[in-house]
Amino acid sequence: MGAAAIGIARQRNLFGVVLLSGIYSFLMATVLVVLDAVDVAMTEAAVGAGISTVLLLGAIHLAGGTESRPIHKPWLPLFVVVVTGGMLVYGTLGLPAFSDPQAPIHQHVAPSYLKEGPVRTGVPNVVTAVLASYRGFDTLGETTVVFTAGIGVIALLRRRKPRHKYPARADGDGGEGAK
Amino acid sequence: MRLDVILRVLAKLLIPFAVMFALYVQFHGDFGPGGGFQAGVIIAAAVIFYALIYGLPSARQVVPDALVEAMIAIGVLLYAGVGVAGLLLGGNYLDYFVLAHDPVHGQHRGIFWVEVGVAITVSAVMLKIFYVFAGRRRDAGEEAS
Repeated sequence: MGAAAIGIARQRNLFGVVLLSGIYSFLMATVLVVLDAVDVAMTEAAVGAGISTVLLLGAIHLAGGTESRPIHKPWLPLFVVVVTGGMLVYGTLGLPAFSDPQAPIHQHVAPSYLKEGPVRTGVPNVVTAVLASYRGFDTLGETTVVFTAGIGVIALLRRRKPRHKYPARADGDGGEGAK
Repeated sequence: MRLDVILRVLAKLLIPFAVMFALYVQFHGDFGPGGGFQAGVIIAAAVIFYALIYGLPSARQVVPDALVEAMIAIGVLLYAGVGVAGLLLGGNYLDYFVLAHDPVHGQHRGIFWVEVGVAITVSAVMLKIFYVFAGRRRDAGEEAS
């Protein structure tokens, strides 16, 4: 994965970058499988490696395949990234050890979800029970985010109608976006 | 791409299974990994695959733009409607226990419809993004000509 990431950063050919990020996503999916997060791994493989690769290729088709040379030296962004990354790594030092059963997150609501979830919801897959039932509002919000993304893309990239129809069309888009 | 017989035949063979797998992921999400998000993406991927092999216009005939745009909203409305149904039946918003006589059945029903709503919205949004990306240059060309 590190090699893929470095390759993505160094490549100037965007086609190679897209392929490498697909490979990166598949590697990430295998890591998630190893961590027993099969639902997330499935999403990562389908969205990260599948759909977004196709969409990025479509974007390359529109925008051309070579990245232009940067006009600025990358030192300030690099400094910011290194400092932020360093602080995040420093923050992980204070976390409980990986898969420690005594960690606070496993003492709070997780045991009751695991114990009562299948009984109260009748759904053996705890991920689904939490996603759709216990955290129904969150998932509604996520679905709305996806909806908003779709509306935004339509508003930005939609094929322009002929001029005389255009004002009515603009009104309709504004109404949908404001919803 | 139009003359690639192998690709076209293989796509014909694979797409039904992809859609079938998406439905399996959708409705088996209660028991195994999967659910609305994953199933929606797989359905969208199947249609995108079709569009890549057979061309965008024929994919737009199979799944028209108007249908996709309607589905984007229908999914969210279905999800929100499940919440309203809970309200009407005397519970809280998104309270599934009141949706059937047995609370566990109510949960089943609520989760089922919520996941269907998620799948509809996700698949439609993915498809729509692909359509506008892939169709942009083509549409611009039509306009110029």
